[in-house]
Amino acid sequence: MADYHSMWESLGMDVKTHDLLCEALPGAFGDVYLSQENRPESMDYFNLVVAEIHGLRPAELVEHKKNGGKVVGTFCIHVPDEIPVSAGAIATGLCSGSQFWVPGGEKKLPAATCPLIKASLGARFDRTCPFFRLADMFVGENTCDGKKKAWEILSEDAEMYIMDIPQMKRPEDYAHWNEEIHGYLKKCEELTGNKVTPANLRAAIKLLNLKRKALQRLASFRKLENIPISGKDVLLITQIAFYDDPARITNQINKLCDELEERAKNNVSVFPKGTKRILLTGTPLSIPNWKLHHIIETLGGAVVCEEMCTGVRYYEKCVDESGSTIDEMISHLTERYMGAIHCACFTPNHERIDDIKRLAEEYKADGVIDVNLKFCGIYDIEGYFVERELNKAGIPVLGVETDYTDNDVEQLKTRIGAFLEMLGN
Amino acid sequence: MLYVGIDIGSTAAKAVLIDESKTRILTRILMPSGWNSRETAESILNQILSEGYSRDEMRITATGYGRVSVPYADNTLTEITCHGKGAAFLGGDNLTVIDIGGQDTKVIFLVNGRVIDFVMNDKCSAGTGKFLEVMANRMGLTLQEFFSFAERGRDIKISSMCTVFAESEIVSLMGIGTPREDIACGAVGSVVSKVASLVSRKNSHSNGKFFLTGGFCDSAFIIKKLSEGLNVEVQTAPDARYAGAIGAALLGK
Ligand code: SF4
Ligand code: SF4
Repeated sequence: MADYHSMWESLGMDVKTHDLLCEALPGAFGDVYLSQENRPESMDYFNLVVAEIHGLRPAELVEHKKNGGKVVGTFCIHVPDEIPVSAGAIATGLCSGSQFWVPGGEKKLPAATCPLIKASLGARFDRTCPFFRLADMFVGENTCDGKKKAWEILSEDAEMYIMDIPQMKRPEDYAHWNEEIHGYLKKCEELTGNKVTPANLRAAIKLLNLKRKALQRLASFRKLENIPISGKDVLLITQIAFYDDPARITNQINKLCDELEERAKNNVSVFPKGTKRILLTGTPLSIPNWKLHHIIETLGGAVVCEEMCTGVRYYEKCVDESGSTIDEMISHLTERYMGAIHCACFTPNHERIDDIKRLAEEYKADGVIDVNLKFCGIYDIEGYFVERELNKAGIPVLGVETDYTDNDVEQLKTRIGAFLEMLGN
Repeated sequence: MLYVGIDIGSTAAKAVLIDESKTRILTRILMPSGWNSRETAESILNQILSEGYSRDEMRITATGYGRVSVPYADNTLTEITCHGKGAAFLGGDNLTVIDIGGQDTKVIFLVNGRVIDFVMNDKCSAGTGKFLEVMANRMGLTLQEFFSFAERGRDIKISSMCTVFAESEIVSLMGIGTPREDIACGAVGSVVSKVASLVSRKNSHSNGKFFLTGGFCDSAFIIKKLSEGLNVEVQTAPDARYAGAIGAALLGK
């Protein structure tokens, strides 16, 4: 790996502590990813991006900033990337998926907070993540209680912009989210000093739709009986899509898909025949959280779909491209970013259950695992409906609760192992 | 071919040898799991061999926490699958199986002999054998004494679910002179209510027939309390503590 120490230092990072993370990551990545057999060759690009996760892309952001560009960090897929992009900023996802940052977050937050939130705050306050140094503005949203209050703490150290996401989906809520997106546009214009034109916004919508389409194309291979790529690999690509350059990753995903097409023609599968197909649903799996996929796939299952924010919710529907004025385009963004994402922060949220059932069928899942990050109240409570409705539909379901530590790996192996055995008999 | 099932749990290791037709249990072995599952597994094998069976005529399946520490096993399966299978053998094909283990408690729903769903208690030891063991220790009783005390006690409420908190609750109860009988009875009641709440989470699966497996199957008092708590008669069988091992043996191919 190239040496990025001077860049990290100039970003004001705690380089010493950060080195510990740099030392741990290759081992973890090797165990989970490089040990897989028969991986598509085009995974090389993604391997490289992860190997240099805190170097390659951050260096590009540094370059962008040198030229007067701005970086906007986000934490939720309800917040449209099209807006900062159309204003000439770079948008990057910031959700953190490593235990490494959790103790730092616990210095400010109660231990009974979801690990995603704790890790995100820890990454900033401990100065051990370059993305958290590079963002000129952090966009928070009041989705769950944990995030909402954590942003108040984060704002003591970072430039925050908070969006008020409605918690229901009535016409007046859409109207409100529409206004919020308008406000976000103005804010991004102020931040970058660039006026957003209809042409810019249209281009941003097209650019990000292309990324979605590439991810949709990738997902389509997981519907096949012979699955040419592991669930782990698709998860990794989805996670990278949150922070990589959109045009470049789109190309790389499409290149990978060309290879997968060849594999599909020859009925190549990375799983043995009869492997049980699992749909995951629930809370997000932020990079580098590969725990569940790793457990499921080493126990002899295959993850075929994630009904998650790091999954189909991120890419399934495209933004309508027909708008010509800014207002029209923002209406279309509102439709997509509120209407097509079924997060447990909304009430009611039947659409999510419908999605799970639909996806289970489309991806021919044998069973569903409902994953809850510890202390995430909204998904935990919604698990009641997930379980009941899937039972009614005759789809086997297992609920698991977990965090970023390895303490529960053995228990998870027993539960998930038993679930796979149950599907097999 | 003979079939061996080895169930290495957190407190006890159980093994059975089953005949070719998979209908009769020829040998049963019960020993503490000890510190080292590998050594326990070795001594189980030695014991079976010492009875005159040879390794070549056996298919060995391991289950339980220690299943990965049985290097000579032909196959491993989780304890859920094995307990389900074993319970079906002992109690019938359509049952709700309750297993109160040393480390965790599980409820397994069987329909036509197949596991259709299961629940396990959360990470903590509330509602498990460990909970009772800790409480018995705290009162200076063996588990057996603990149950006979409990039988004579009045059901008082232990409000802490967490083992650590319950332990200090018990200390304060003893401090104010609450009879040990009542405390023991309350502790059993606490485990029973935890089990009942696990069951109720998936009540729709249950056909009302309950079967207890695991180390507590010979405690008449636990069975009585469980039956009261679930409002049905809980069944068990003398071999129910071997259910996991029996299931493992039956699933050997
Ligand atoms: S789970 Fe909800 S709050 Fe979290 S990123 Fe997804 S949509 Fe946003
Ligand atoms: S996982 Fe749940 S608690 Fe955590 S940030 Fe997302 S919605 Fe909030």
